[in-house]
Amino acid sequence: MPSLLFERGAAGRGSEFVRDPGPPSTYLDAKSLRAELPLPDLTELEVARHFTELSHRNFNVDLNFYPLGSCTMKYNPKLNEAVSGLRGFTDLHPFAPDSGAQGALRLLWHMERTLSSLFDMTAFSLMPAAGAHGEITAMLMAKKYFKERGERERVTCFVPDTAHGTNPASAAMVGYRVVSIPSNARGHTDLAALRAKLDGSVAVCMMTNPNTLGLFEDDIVEMTQAVHKAGGLMYYDGANANAIVGLCRPGEMGFDLMHLNLHKTFSVPHGGGGPGSGPVGASAALAPYLPAPAVAKDKSGTFSWNAALPRSIGPVRMFPAHFLAIVRAYAYIIVHGEEGLRTNSRLAVLNANYLRAKIREFLTVPYEDYCRHEFVCSAEELKKATGVRALDLAKGLLDAGVHAPTMYWPHVVPECLMIEPTETETKATLDAFVELLRGLVEQSHRDPESVKALPLHTPVRRVDEAQVGRLANKAVGLRWTPPSGGVSS
Amino acid sequence: MYTPHTPDEIRAMLQVIGVPSLEALSDPPKGLAIRGKLDVAPALVESEAYAHVRAMADENTHARSISFLGAGAYRHYQPPAVPWFAFRSEFLTSYTPYQAEASQGSLQAIFEWQSYICLLTGMDVSNASVYDGATALVESVVMAVNATERKRVAVSRAVHPLYRRVLATYCEGMEIEVLEVPVRADGLTDLSGLHADVAAVIVQSPNFFGCIDDVAGAAAVAHKSGALLVQVVAEALSLAVLKTPRELGADIAVGDAQSFGLPVGYGGPYVGFVAATKEHVRRMPGRLVGETHDVDGRRAYVLTLQGREQHIRRELASSNICTNQALCALIATVYLATVGSKGLRAIAGVNLKNARELAAAIGRVPGFALAHDSAFFNEFVVRTPVVAEELARALERRGILAGLPLARFYPDMERALLVCATELTTPADVAGLTAALLEETAHAVAAV
Amino acid sequence: MANLPTDRAYTKEHEWIKVEGKLATVGITDYAQSSLGDIVYVEMPKPGAALEQSKPMGVVESVKAVSDIYAPISGKAVEVNGDVENDPAIVNTDPYGAGWLVKIELSNAAEAKSLLDAAAYQLVIDALK
Repeated sequence: MPSLLFERGAAGRGSEFVRDPGPPSTYLDAKSLRAELPLPDLTELEVARHFTELSHRNFNVDLNFYPLGSCTMKYNPKLNEAVSGLRGFTDLHPFAPDSGAQGALRLLWHMERTLSSLFDMTAFSLMPAAGAHGEITAMLMAKKYFKERGERERVTCFVPDTAHGTNPASAAMVGYRVVSIPSNARGHTDLAALRAKLDGSVAVCMMTNPNTLGLFEDDIVEMTQAVHKAGGLMYYDGANANAIVGLCRPGEMGFDLMHLNLHKTFSVPHGGGGPGSGPVGASAALAPYLPAPAVAKDKSGTFSWNAALPRSIGPVRMFPAHFLAIVRAYAYIIVHGEEGLRTNSRLAVLNANYLRAKIREFLTVPYEDYCRHEFVCSAEELKKATGVRALDLAKGLLDAGVHAPTMYWPHVVPECLMIEPTETETKATLDAFVELLRGLVEQSHRDPESVKALPLHTPVRRVDEAQVGRLANKAVGLRWTPPSGGVSS
Repeated sequence: MYTPHTPDEIRAMLQVIGVPSLEALSDPPKGLAIRGKLDVAPALVESEAYAHVRAMADENTHARSISFLGAGAYRHYQPPAVPWFAFRSEFLTSYTPYQAEASQGSLQAIFEWQSYICLLTGMDVSNASVYDGATALVESVVMAVNATERKRVAVSRAVHPLYRRVLATYCEGMEIEVLEVPVRADGLTDLSGLHADVAAVIVQSPNFFGCIDDVAGAAAVAHKSGALLVQVVAEALSLAVLKTPRELGADIAVGDAQSFGLPVGYGGPYVGFVAATKEHVRRMPGRLVGETHDVDGRRAYVLTLQGREQHIRRELASSNICTNQALCALIATVYLATVGSKGLRAIAGVNLKNARELAAAIGRVPGFALAHDSAFFNEFVVRTPVVAEELARALERRGILAGLPLARFYPDMERALLVCATELTTPADVAGLTAALLEETAHAVAAV
Repeated sequence: MANLPTDRAYTKEHEWIKVEGKLATVGITDYAQSSLGDIVYVEMPKPGAALEQSKPMGVVESVKAVSDIYAPISGKAVEVNGDVENDPAIVNTDPYGAGWLVKIELSNAAEAKSLLDAAAYQLVIDALK
């Protein structure tokens, strides 16, 4: 079991990175200085062993299949890593004058134009750092838009009951009251229910298409029309864009605002939980509210940052873009072109439907329609018959080196597993996954207790989350603490 | 390209699915097919793509200019060990650690990050990171508003202007009033007349002008009226030597850890931190990793207190944040492990030393002087004999980024330049700067 | 599932309430604690807080879910269970006894008529199965 960094090392270990400058008291009054810095000193070998050992305790796309619905765990191309590490990008200071940053500005400008075209928006801001960040940006824009129109009564945000949790959270952060729209038995957001609930208080309706059940919302145009008629705005959550790039466009569906997740659809690596990039797109009416500054190109083809955007909500991040993440997405786009991006979407849909067709032989697939890039199945029947739940199946998959699918969401499907293979997986991988899952289901019928005991071979198994939760509420167990009375190292 | 499907495989799969063609399966419903022509450049092969992007990188001449820019993004030495380990595929291509059994590497690394941030700031609890220092400040304001149920905050004008602009954007939408606290002639926050009845008083130290501000004084005033004290730290390296925010009386410490091994990278991604005293643990935004045991008694790490987060609490979440900056936090953690206490203190010491040598050298150029008579870490403001914006442009033409003209954010400070020295600043850099400053201003100074 | 104590009333939001004169003790039922799983935190009203029947008065949080607790009756919170604040697991192990949450001073005894008796509450949980 790996030690913590703080349990390793000894005072004085480590390389010389700079020439010894003498103690800080040479330069500053002692009253400004901290007494000690209780961080561990390690040799580079200790650091190497530590992080290499930790890395061996991690699933990752380069080793494991991740059929995680809504996450789009596609392959992360190494070309992207190489170009985002170029010194011409990494060493460029964000306050460097535009005249000496033309390459970076050019890249951002092309990225913005390409995304606007791909999704039929008037303009994109590349500033937000992640999808949720994009959502709150769009909410702030909507709020300002209605405030300037004097429509103070618009205080509600409509969200399907299948929505990702960030949707209502983002709406609530700007003070919107969240109204839930139910899904119907076919797994589609209920148009009639939406129409019935719409009134003059609607500000924004947030939807994703395909929805989080992986189904294309056939009534989407009717929905956007209904919301517009009621005076509201339509927001597209781009988490599921991998099903539609090059095939259809949110702008043409009637959406006014949207975000993208470059770390899903555009192959930027997830990094264990970030950094991502969540560009926000807007229609002509909403584009003036996008965050400032934005990249501009003048008649001579020179690029610059334009902060003269009087109706902008302002910046949502310190600096205008998660630049190094966007470089990766840009490289991904230029090796694919329009045809390549469209093919990716088609093959993502193919892979998901293939799995769905095979898995429905032994697990309940609640909706009849063909899915798009992801689908849901349910272990509810299995649970009733054997007591084995979705969670147990997930742990069984981990044991075999496959990351579990997304579980227990959306809430409209009990014992839900949401499966999204992405387009970069081979048929052989998919077939092996089906057999693995089939085997677990069969084992559940034969010997349910053996499945509930899984996993057996992962570095840890069935972690006690209750204990840590109780301690955490008292701020205990959330950090290493030096042994009492002394300082480490 | 990255998809593997052969025509035979596609045929076989379509047969299993029961549709005649890929188009039939994946086309949008009639009426939603794309209208018009898409504006996407034709695909490049990989070698062309590399050359194409490489050319864009090479166009950025300022990546190679001698630079004295700081102002929230700091040029520091990145030990090669840092990207070597942090960018291992097992970290880079992994997912958010929701499945503890599959992610002990990432989870332990985040726990170590949380621990480092607590040790550096003196706080009890830190989260797993947020997007950047500016959004960290926003999160701390949300925490303070929830803790005190007051919807106003007071922010020093010496807090980084871009942090304040981001705060303004959010507070406008969240209907929180932001009051500005003025700055004195010596570059420190003017604590006299600090507003009472606010949720938080927010000061930065070292502040935007580089000065070590009176955090303890601000904390005393804040606490007297029941407000929280939030300290912003934009240059995280300063935490290695200066008194901790906790010692100075802060309730919440926020800032950016970009200085710990992350490149300036034209603005991002960076990594924000939020750390607080234990009273505020349930208000902490974003992810938290806790230590526990598994069913076999082995020590294990897991995401905890998820009840606060968006995927459970939805509209009642403490924040909407989902993705954090895990890989950036990992880079910072590997950096801190690699340099250690010894290395970090030495690097901070060289920053102190080089900044003072730079200040002295600039002070010897006729017409130039330090603007503030206050102690600084590695940045300071220089009073210039000519308009700083024009001076900066003249030096830019010579391949030197002399610093940030302050008038960009403080219109009344036309003859002020914010200058930064780090461990990467060489004597040759300093000599080149001072020679250029001398030449560019000789006419102006002589005329006086 | 344990038999429902008959010495108290219930709500369809899975709270129980035991009225003794002007004072009522409130907790959550065995069904509730079982559905939530391991409870890690309970947020309760401050002593002195005014409570309104059927309005949320607190929160019970488990590892994977959060649930509002609704005031079964109007009045004033006079005491909260410090043992539960310290060790939320008590609500899982003894929801009807040591796991009580709040004591309320009633303001409108007539509201008790709208509560469910043990048999009626049993029907509620049977319908959920």
